[in-house]
Amino acid sequence: MCFQQKMIHSLFLINCSGDIFLEKHWKSVVSQSVCDYFFEAQEKAIDVENVPPVISTPHHYLISIYRDKIFFVSVIQTEVPPLFVIEFLHRVADTFQDYFGECSETAIKDNVVIVYELLEEMLDNGFPLATESNILKELIKPPTILRSVVNSITGSSNVGDTLPTGQLSNIPWRRAGVKYTNNEAYFDVVEEIDAIIDKSGSTVFAEIQGVIDSCIKLSGMPDLSLSFMNPRLLDDVSFHPCIRFKRWESERVLSFIPPDGNFRLISYRVSSQNLVAIPVYVKHMISFKENSSSGRFDVTIGPKQNMGKTVEGVVMTVHMPKAVLNMNLTATQGSYTFDPVTKVLTWDVGKITPQKLPNLKGIVNLQSGAPKPEENPSLNIQFKIQQLAISGLKVNRLDMYGEKYKPFKGVKYITKAGKFQVRT
Amino acid sequence: MLSLLPVQKLLRQLPAGPAGRPKKTAGGDTAEEVTSPVHDDLKEMLDSNKDSLKLEAMKRIVAMIARGKNASDLFPAVVKNVACKNIEVKKLVYVYLVRYAEEQQDLALLSISTFQRGLKDPNQLIRASALRVLSSIRVPIIVPIMMLAIKEAASDMSPYVRKTAAHAIPKLYSLDSDQKDQLIEVIEKLLADKTTLVAGSVVMAFEEVCPERIDLIHKNYRKLCNLLIDVEEWGQVVIINMLTRYARTQFLSPNQNVSVGDAKDAKAEAASLAKRKPYVMDPDHRLLLRNTKPLLQSRNAAVVMAVAQLYFHLAPKAEVGVIAKALVRLLRSHRSVQYVVLQNVATMSIKRRGMFEPYLKSFYIRSTDPTQIKILKLEVLTNLANETNISTILREFQTYIRSMDKDFVAATIQAIGRCATNIGKVRDTCLNGLVQLLSNRDELVVAESVVVIKKLLQMQPAQHSEIIKHMAKLTDNIQVPMARASILWLIGEYCEHVPKIAPDVLRKMAKSFTNEEDIVKLQVINLAAKLYLTNSKQSKLLTQYVLNLAKYDQNYDIRDRARFIRQLIVPTEKSGALNKYAKKLFLAQKPAPILESSFKDRDHFQLGSLSHLLNTKAVGYQELPDWPDEAPDPSVRNVEVRGAPQGAHVHGRAKVGASSQEPESVSEESGSSSSSSSSSSGSEEEDEDEEEGSGEQSEDKEEEEEKRLKRKEKEGSQKAASGSTVSPTPILGVLGTPASSKGRREWVGSPHRSLGPSQLLSPAFGAVRTYELLHRMAGEGLSVEYCFSRRPFPGDPHMVAVQIQISNNTDAEVKSLRVSEPKPLSGMRIQEFPEIGMRLAPGDTVSVVMGIDFCDSTQAANFQLCTHTRHFYVSIQPPVGELMAPVFMSENEFKKEQGEWGTGTGTGRCMDTHYPSANAHPPFCPLCRPCRGPRAPRAAGRG
Repeated sequence: MCFQQKMIHSLFLINCSGDIFLEKHWKSVVSQSVCDYFFEAQEKAIDVENVPPVISTPHHYLISIYRDKIFFVSVIQTEVPPLFVIEFLHRVADTFQDYFGECSETAIKDNVVIVYELLEEMLDNGFPLATESNILKELIKPPTILRSVVNSITGSSNVGDTLPTGQLSNIPWRRAGVKYTNNEAYFDVVEEIDAIIDKSGSTVFAEIQGVIDSCIKLSGMPDLSLSFMNPRLLDDVSFHPCIRFKRWESERVLSFIPPDGNFRLISYRVSSQNLVAIPVYVKHMISFKENSSSGRFDVTIGPKQNMGKTVEGVVMTVHMPKAVLNMNLTATQGSYTFDPVTKVLTWDVGKITPQKLPNLKGIVNLQSGAPKPEENPSLNIQFKIQQLAISGLKVNRLDMYGEKYKPFKGVKYITKAGKFQVRT
Repeated sequence: MLSLLPVQKLLRQLPAGPAGRPKKTAGGDTAEEVTSPVHDDLKEMLDSNKDSLKLEAMKRIVAMIARGKNASDLFPAVVKNVACKNIEVKKLVYVYLVRYAEEQQDLALLSISTFQRGLKDPNQLIRASALRVLSSIRVPIIVPIMMLAIKEAASDMSPYVRKTAAHAIPKLYSLDSDQKDQLIEVIEKLLADKTTLVAGSVVMAFEEVCPERIDLIHKNYRKLCNLLIDVEEWGQVVIINMLTRYARTQFLSPNQNVSVGDAKDAKAEAASLAKRKPYVMDPDHRLLLRNTKPLLQSRNAAVVMAVAQLYFHLAPKAEVGVIAKALVRLLRSHRSVQYVVLQNVATMSIKRRGMFEPYLKSFYIRSTDPTQIKILKLEVLTNLANETNISTILREFQTYIRSMDKDFVAATIQAIGRCATNIGKVRDTCLNGLVQLLSNRDELVVAESVVVIKKLLQMQPAQHSEIIKHMAKLTDNIQVPMARASILWLIGEYCEHVPKIAPDVLRKMAKSFTNEEDIVKLQVINLAAKLYLTNSKQSKLLTQYVLNLAKYDQNYDIRDRARFIRQLIVPTEKSGALNKYAKKLFLAQKPAPILESSFKDRDHFQLGSLSHLLNTKAVGYQELPDWPDEAPDPSVRNVEVRGAPQGAHVHGRAKVGASSQEPESVSEESGSSSSSSSSSSGSEEEDEDEEEGSGEQSEDKEEEEEKRLKRKEKEGSQKAASGSTVSPTPILGVLGTPASSKGRREWVGSPHRSLGPSQLLSPAFGAVRTYELLHRMAGEGLSVEYCFSRRPFPGDPHMVAVQIQISNNTDAEVKSLRVSEPKPLSGMRIQEFPEIGMRLAPGDTVSVVMGIDFCDSTQAANFQLCTHTRHFYVSIQPPVGELMAPVFMSENEFKKEQGEWGTGTGTGRCMDTHYPSANAHPPFCPLCRPCRGPRAPRAAGRG
């Protein structure tokens, strides 16, 4: 007699030193020894980033993700779309983040009961049940300092004593009976520039990855519509389930009844290269001399196409070749560190002022006798520009229907470097 | 029962505790497990009266379970608290129970009655939670109880409880698969459910219990397609995957006429093409493609992937492209998501290269990518390479070769080799580049290059003796066995191109023979044999020497090979006929190796599946069937249309009359058979969709109809002019708006006086348009639609009957639906429908008829629609045509009327007298567009 058991069987949380600090089974119990296969793969991979997300073992399949120094390893017995499990595990990690402010081993260990209650609600027999944070928060209240004090005195609990209604409604993402004294709706338009700049300074690849994160604290059942000055920019968008797709298709307006609290409204991609302005340029000269144990390093960062805004929070990180022993540099601005173990050079520049361009210059000491490194390292740049969406996206207006009060509304723009890499 | 035994045995052996745990565990707590005083303490707390103590104890127990420690000896103490009033204690007890019930079956039975009580609770959430826990307890004795509970819950009023029932089905099935037949019945029932809440869960149950019963889907196919966008994300994935399989069995391949490209036998293909009817996509196939497309914009990567694979497997070639953008977007996500997506993109990019070409640059590699991602991106880039973009790709590859990540560099060299074999134009460029790499300082890079060069040289050896010479020199330095073996093979194979160097290489290798790796030794023997055959003068002794060394080698493969080769090449009296052919055997033309992607042909696994990722069939994988040659009967998906306002028959009238005259009967109907009303509203949706789908066709039809009508009109008018008709002719009163409203009233009133109700005609046209009165969103879940039923409103002939259909999409019951505060404009009157006293359960639909006298104006009638909690302002605005009624009158009567009215004002615009022609229907304008249809104005003046 054979029977199938689909979806997620068990979950193990494993920290970086290989301790299984939490396990949860939704069906019959699977022994921890199944994780040995995972440890084996982990050893083989050397780097945590390279542990294959799917591992096949004689009786099970292990699908894992790595988030915030924790491996979430799920045990699967039969065919299931791997992305289904991966996406769910990320949702679990997001929920922990949402509940405890961080998704760390200590936070999980400190709140192990809440974690267990959450996992119990999120999966039923291995199939996702309630994954919306609004529903979960109705079922299980997130811990706060005040509440834990009150609980310890009165013996009351974290479990909601009212039964949740959101799950039953048409709008499962919003909880019922929301009330605020100050009604606010904030939108953060965050754009990240992903770019690869080649040796000569020309752009090999650039695109903008944008998101609109919302923090909505509105009473009742508000029905919002958000319109843009230039909605045509958004041709590759993914939506929160609350958004009415048809309205977007026909009118290019985001119409939705929002979840309560923080959530990601949309994410979008602007990819046509001529639209992507690159706000900084980098001049670099990195060379290693043949038959000598030293090299030269000279990097200057300057602003470019930044729409008159200041580029700030500039940080450069470089993975130097293995042969580099030490670096002897002087920075005209900010400070630098070099870790001789990981060979990572970090230069914290700060704000760029066009009058005096920041420069980092000096000598690279190489292992004596080792051959000159073949490769030049690539420079990873981070920066921030406040009050600017580099794609030019602008929110036109926000209208609210369905409720009578006047909400306070706000939009904030910010541009950051995403995966911004300069090849040398 | 049988199925459980091994599991239990296993559990007994491994008491889930740290006992049998391997090396890597959080050590140090083993004491806790053994020391019983701790547990005594917990038992005491559990027995106490204070909830806070109980809670504390349960929390500690759950923490133990979480760390994988055994807490099973507390079972009796815990199970007592199953009926505890404190909700958190109760929940934690459930957690404990589900974890240990399997081990302590007898004790677990003590808790069952609590859940059975819960199943009868008036609160739907408590019913659901009781079912959930009950079904999670893996105790075989309670199978009958579970079966009963599931069956009951499957017909529960609350969709949430029904959803829980769907979840419980796979649980029971895994406990006792003998229940399959009964469970299939429940699944069949739940599949008919039309709420979005249930859809995902029941399809999941279907996939686990009876994925082979594809016939259960037929009737629900269109409904599932239409509900899809509103189902929660996880359910969407399951439904889409199931529908992909379904579509592969039920529809024809949309690419069958296009597949000439990979035809093996052109003639047969042509013949079969000729035989085949031109391909027309089944509207249901189109429906699926259309309804899944918006989901490409889901935030959930699993949903996007599911739609992508659906399009890849089901869509016509020309349409598959839409998924590329969405997949590329996923590449920005977490590493593990990237990994899975890239695997699938790699497979897709082989079959449909053009699709991803515009996104080539999105696959460019950053030095910060993890190696496994780099290698997958490289795979995709290589698949995408063609004559036009190869130069850009090669430039990228040049950067990659300088990377610090050596595994990645090796993969890049392989990729260059593949580009060179696939694209002849760049072969020389690639080869030169690779030769340059031979002087690289890193041995791995050199070795990899040698291996790839070897493969490339095989394609055109004659021109490259220089390279072979260069490589021969490398044997002094390079130590990687695979590379050494490759060089030796090359020299042996092409020894005629390098006659001077080859014997020298053999000499060197003979010297170091004993220290070589096995694969190198084998190649040395090969080289020796080939040289012996081509240049025996210089190499005879060397060959003998090598063969002698090999004769005493430790490895039997090498000894074997040496013996074999000696017999073959060295002529002795014993050696047979083969000796003559030795040269042919060794120096035969060898086909160049084909460098292929490892992702080739992986698409025979359903994309996005675990099996595809692992490239082996995973347990429980459902094969994706091939398209059928002949389409199965599409009518199996037709759903009986019930209750739709399609009164084409005369007796239809009686039915409506009954329902509008006695509103109680309406409520009775919808109350008694919620399933029937559900099916009807489901089918209505489908009707709409079909209309949309076949929009073009029906428009064409309409045009034709129009033409036909015009012809008839002409004929009719000619005949009318000739005045040859005597017999009473049914006509349709057709009149424009008379000039004076006063006069109009008199006139319009007259038919009602003169014509008995029997002379009023039923409309003969099919489609009645439905308008929206209250949108689901605006109505907070209550949606209201109306249509003009085009039937007389009983009681008041001046009123237009408006059929109103109210659906409750909320999760709560809606009570006392009524109309209030009508605010008619002057002269307008509204006959409200009687308050619907009955409760409208979630998901139910009710239809009522109300009458409005619009006073022949097209002004809107405004009123409020009230429920027990809310008021909604709504308005109904009639199109002109809906204000007319079909009447019967003889031609003479018509002429009389016309004479009285038409001449006076000249507004008798279009008159039509057509005969009860071949058409068996009551003669009435076949058009549904009201303004074109010749009809008499219905409503008349008052009094």
